[in-house]
Amino acid sequence: MEELLTGLEKLWSGFLGIVIFGVLIAVLFFIGSRFRGRLSRPAAILIFLGPAALLLVMGLIVPAIRTIFASTQDASGNEFVGWANYQWIFDSQFDIIVNSILWIVITPIAATALGLTLALLLDRMRREAVAKSFIFMPMAISFVGASIIWSLIYEYRAPDKPQVGLLSQIVMWLGVDDPPKWLLWQPFNNYLLMVIMVWIQVGFAMVVLSAAIKAIPSDVVEAAELDGATGWKLFSRVTIPMIRGTLIVVVTTIMFAVLKIFDIVRVMTNGNYGTQIVANEMYAQAFVQFDVGRGSALAVVLFVAVIPLIVFNVVQLRKDRATR
Amino acid sequence: MTAIKRRRGMALLAGGLAAGMLLAACGGSDDSASDSAGEETAAEDTAAEDSGGEEDAGGEEDAGGDMAAGCEAYADYMGNEGTTVNVFTSILPPEQQLFEEAWAGFEECTGIDIVYEASDQFEAQLPTRIAGGNAPDIAWIPQPGLLERLVADGGPVAAPAATEALVDEYWNPAWKGYGTVDGTFYAAPLGSNMKSFVWYSPQVFADNGYEVPTTWDELWALSDQMVADGIDPWCGGLESGGATGWPATDWLEQVMLRLYGGDVYDQWVSHELTFQSPEVEAAMDVVAGWMKNPEYVNGGFGDVQTIALTPFQDAGAGIPTGECGMLQQASFYANFWQNFDENATVGPDGTAYAFYLPEISSEFPQPVVGGGEFVAAFADRPEVQAVQTYMASPDFHTSKAALGNWVSANSGVPLDTYAADSIDQLSAEFLTDPNGIFRFDASDLMPAAVGAGEMWTQMTAWFAEDKPTAEVLADIDAAWPAS
Repeated sequence: MEELLTGLEKLWSGFLGIVIFGVLIAVLFFIGSRFRGRLSRPAAILIFLGPAALLLVMGLIVPAIRTIFASTQDASGNEFVGWANYQWIFDSQFDIIVNSILWIVITPIAATALGLTLALLLDRMRREAVAKSFIFMPMAISFVGASIIWSLIYEYRAPDKPQVGLLSQIVMWLGVDDPPKWLLWQPFNNYLLMVIMVWIQVGFAMVVLSAAIKAIPSDVVEAAELDGATGWKLFSRVTIPMIRGTLIVVVTTIMFAVLKIFDIVRVMTNGNYGTQIVANEMYAQAFVQFDVGRGSALAVVLFVAVIPLIVFNVVQLRKDRATR
Repeated sequence: MTAIKRRRGMALLAGGLAAGMLLAACGGSDDSASDSAGEETAAEDTAAEDSGGEEDAGGEEDAGGDMAAGCEAYADYMGNEGTTVNVFTSILPPEQQLFEEAWAGFEECTGIDIVYEASDQFEAQLPTRIAGGNAPDIAWIPQPGLLERLVADGGPVAAPAATEALVDEYWNPAWKGYGTVDGTFYAAPLGSNMKSFVWYSPQVFADNGYEVPTTWDELWALSDQMVADGIDPWCGGLESGGATGWPATDWLEQVMLRLYGGDVYDQWVSHELTFQSPEVEAAMDVVAGWMKNPEYVNGGFGDVQTIALTPFQDAGAGIPTGECGMLQQASFYANFWQNFDENATVGPDGTAYAFYLPEISSEFPQPVVGGGEFVAAFADRPEVQAVQTYMASPDFHTSKAALGNWVSANSGVPLDTYAADSIDQLSAEFLTDPNGIFRFDASDLMPAAVGAGEMWTQMTAWFAEDKPTAEVLADIDAAWPAS
C-alpha cells in the first residue's frame, strides 16, 4: 500500500512538473508576443535563445574552461604544475592512447562494414523484419549488461575442468586443446572487447543503412543496370555513392559512442592486462584516486581528440548537401 | 483588440493556475512532512508521560531533569532535549534500520533526535557538502586516509575528552592512532572487520583428517599434505570491478605485518620504507611462494593466472566442493557462501568456517589486519558531542552488536553478545585482544594514487602477466606522489 502511495506521489509530481514546464513556456511565449516593432526581434532572440544559451554556458562552456584549468593543477587542485599532467600522459600512459586510437579506428569501421553487409543481404530476404529485429536487439542492452553477457562468453576454466565460457567450449569442440585465457590474451584481448561494441552497434548501422539503400530511387538503379552494371560494379559505383552521406553519419555516430566508451573496459578488465583506454583511466584518476589534475588532463586529451572528428563530420555533410 | 484581451486573460489564468499548483505542491509536501513530524513528537510525548508517571511514583528527581526509568545508563548525555543531530554515512539500508534500532533507547531518554542519512556516493559527496557549508554534524569515515584529507581542508572538529577517554579505555591503541591527525584526536572507531582469516570447509577437513593449523609451519605442512592428496590447497580471485587487485594487496599486508611487526608496517605505510626495499621484496617472495605457487593454486579455476580473472566473490566456490582447500579472505566473506549454495551455513560444523592466519614468529604476536569506520564530528554543539561520545561507548556497541552481522573492536562489548561460534564472535575475539598487534589495511592508508591505484594495477599484473617482482615494486614506488 505504501509503495502504491509513493508511486502515485511520484506520478503526481512528475505530472505536476510537466504542467509547470508547459505553463512556463506559455508564459514565455506570451511575454514574447507582447513585444512589438523594433524590439520584437531582439526580444524573440533573447527569449527563445536565452535559456538554451544559458544552459549551454552553465553545462558545457564553464565546465570545459574549469577542466582545462584543473588540468594544469596538482592532484588536490591547489597548486599550479603547468604541463606536468600532460607530460605524465605522454610519458607513461602512451599505450592507453594507442588503445583508444585502435578503438576509434577499428570499431566504427567494423560495425559499419558489417552493418552494410547485413543490410544488403537482408534486403533480399523473406521475413526481413524478423531477422533485423534480432540483429537490432543488442542495441537495447546497456553497455554494462552487454559486458556482463560477454564476460560469461569469455570466461576461462582450466581445460580439464567443466567449461563455463561459451567461446572456450566452442574452440575446444573445434579441436583446440588448450584455449587461451581470453581476457589475458594480449594484444588480442583489446579486439575481443571491441567485438562487444561492434555487436551492440551493428544493428544501428544495419537499420540506418538499409533505410538509405531502400531510398535509392529505382530509376537510378535501372539506368545503371541498362548500362550493364551488375554485382560489385553496381554496388561500388551506384549504391555506395548514393548512401555516402548516411555512411558518414553512421561511422561518425559510432565513433562518438566509442570515444565515450568506458563501461565495457571497466566491467570486463578495468583496464588491466593492457586494455586501458583514455576514458576509463580518466575516471580512475579523477574519482578513484582523486587526482583531479591528471583526470582533467585526460579529459582534455579526449576533448581535443573529438574536435577533428566533428570537423570531418561537418565538412562531409556540407559537401554532401552541396552535391545534392 | 478583443482577441488580444482574451489572450491576455487566458495567459493570466494560466499563470494563476501555475502559481496555484506550485503552492499546492509545496504545501502538500510541507503538510506531509509536518504531519509525520507531529506524529513522532506525539509518540515521544506519550512515552515521556508514561515514564514520567513511573518516576513520580518512585519519588525520585534527578538533577538532569525528569529522567525516565531505564535511562540511568544515559545520564552523561542528558540536558539536550529537543535537539537534532544528523549523521551522514555510506552504510545503506537495511543496515540503517539496525543502527536506528540500536540507538532508539538513547534517543528516547535524551530527547536527541539522530537523523540518519546514507549515500552510496558518500566519499564524493562529503567533501562537496563541507565545501558548500552544508557539513553534516557527524560523518562515519570509512578510512583514515579520508579523515586526513578532510582535516587538511579544515572540516572535522576535535573529539571531546569524554570520547577520547572511552577510546583510551576500550580499544587497542593502534585504533586511536587511526582517528588522530597531527596529534589531535578526531574520531573514534565504529564497526570493524577482520581480514586475517583463512576460510575452509570443516567437512572437507574432517573427511581428510586435517587439523586447523595454528602455526605458520603447520599451515605449509597442511598445504603440502593437500597437494599430496590431490587437492589444490589455495584459491583466490582479484577481479573486483573498479577495485580489481585489492585482495592481492591484502595478502602482501598480511605477510608484511607477520614478518616485521607494527613499526616496520607503519614505515611501509608512510613510505619511509619503499616498495623496493629488501623487506618488501622478501614479503613479495613469501606471497609468491604462496599464492603464485603453481602447486598450490588456483583451486577450482586453473593456473596462477586465473587468480587475476576470478571475481573475488567467486574465489571460494571450490571450498565446499573440496576442489580448493583454503581461501585467505576477510570476515565479510561470510556473506558470500550462500552464493554457492542456498543452504550454506557458516560455523565450525557449517559449510565454511574460518581460522586465524597464524603468526610467523612469536616476536610479533597475533598480528591482525583489519578495517573499520570512524565517527568524525563537524560541529561542537553539546548534543553532537553527546552523540559522538555515545557512539564510542560500550553501551552503544553492545546494543548494536546484539542485533547481529556487525563487529566492534570495543573491548567493553562482552564476547557473548555475539552469536556463539559466529564469525563475528571470532573476529571480535581477535580484534579486542589487547596483546595482539592490530594494523589497518595498508592500502587504505596509503595515498589513493598508490593504495587505490598503482598497487591494485601492479599486483594484478604480477598475477596476470607474471610481471617481474622488481618491476612491479619499482612501478608502485614511481606512483607515490612527490611531496
